[in-house]
Amino acid sequence: MNVTVRIPGALRDLVGAPAAVPLDLPADATVGDALAALDAALPAVGRRVRDETGALRPHVNVFVGADNIRDLAMLATRLEDDAVLNVLPALSGG
Amino acid sequence: MTDHALVIGTRKGMVVARPRASDGGWDADPLLFTPSPVTAVASDPRTGRLLAALNNPFWGVSIAVSDDLGRTWTEPAREADTAPIAFPEHTGTALRDVWQLRFSPTEPDVVYAGAEPAALFRSEDGGMTFDLVEGLWNHPHRPSWKPGAGGLCLHTVLPDPTDPDTVTIAISAAGVYRSTDGGATWTARNHGITAAFLPDPPPEFGQCVHKVDLHPSRPERMFLQHHGGVYRSDDAGGSWTRIDAGLPADFGFPLVVHPHRPDTLYVLPLNADVDRTPAGHRYQVHRSDDAGATWRALDKGLPEGPCYASVLRDAMCADTLDPAGIYFGTRDGWVYASRDDGETWAEVARHLPDVLCVRAVTR
Repeated sequence: MNVTVRIPGALRDLVGAPAAVPLDLPADATVGDALAALDAALPAVGRRVRDETGALRPHVNVFVGADNIRDLAMLATRLEDDAVLNVLPALSGG
Repeated sequence: MTDHALVIGTRKGMVVARPRASDGGWDADPLLFTPSPVTAVASDPRTGRLLAALNNPFWGVSIAVSDDLGRTWTEPAREADTAPIAFPEHTGTALRDVWQLRFSPTEPDVVYAGAEPAALFRSEDGGMTFDLVEGLWNHPHRPSWKPGAGGLCLHTVLPDPTDPDTVTIAISAAGVYRSTDGGATWTARNHGITAAFLPDPPPEFGQCVHKVDLHPSRPERMFLQHHGGVYRSDDAGGSWTRIDAGLPADFGFPLVVHPHRPDTLYVLPLNADVDRTPAGHRYQVHRSDDAGATWRALDKGLPEGPCYASVLRDAMCADTLDPAGIYFGTRDGWVYASRDDGETWAEVARHLPDVLCVRAVTR
């Protein structure tokens, strides 16, 4: 199935990534699968979204459509065809 | 002509300050790398290349490189933009921070990184990629190490000045460890360091060592600032003796050995656990010229006070000039320099984010 990952401006500026990355994933793919595919396609983006254990970085959010995966099944959240993932820096800091 | 700068790592980026030839004051470049904490800076003694550890609050740790004494910085791009320091998969551990970068004095392109959680990494390509030093990670003490208030961090790396197989490290709160076989095995070196927060007799490890330093001409003599107590070892950490009798407080974070005088060292005492502010509520750098037997307060040119901000463990350093420049930065963002071994002081910068580290660089 086809999934699109949108990359936030702050990260695009940092690593020169495109605004959106199209991914071709198996039919039962999860958010974790999408982020692994993102890492394979764009390692400079992938390593900034997930740490070396594969966990989502604590101050990064991923939305599937309008839903934050932290309110769903995190990286195990299932994706549907034509899903759009938005990677966004979290509201944090001081 | 010697080019000289002070690299200041702060909680929200880096400032590079340069001395003015005209009046001896300092000009500070604009803040770089915001909003990333700049947690460690190192200078290659052979080439003058600088490395800086940046911990972006969203995107994690990167290493920036400068070949022009901090005027311009680059980060590896595209395919080369891998996680430079990362735990291997089998550890199941994620890097939180890098608190120390240190070039080897004996092996070109070898760089050590001290990490949180406590681990030592080693690079053989000048700091572009690092590997975990498994010998320390697999140490039987490691499961028992407890974090200090600053986290379980490996904050001090002292490669031996002549033997590439010998490295001394310090961890809060595990203490001093030393390897003489290239990092394969490590021995705790904390004998004699007492701790009010630990029962008697002092344990083999668990001491909250804040900083250790040595002079390269006499590497068997080490100086150590503990959570309580300043210590000296004359046998490369085999045993430690207190040397803080002449200090107004035995607590503090940084400790710096003079670049040309092996028996001269600097500390900046803080009131102990009662409030952790500068002793006497003034910034006073204390210098010993006799390996800790006696101390003298150096505060000419420093603010009258009261001063309540502390100075972190890597926020004091020396340069390599003669007389030596001594520098420190405070948690309320002021930076001071002495160009005469600490005798007199002047302001370098003010109103910065809290200062995490300072490194004087020259080439």
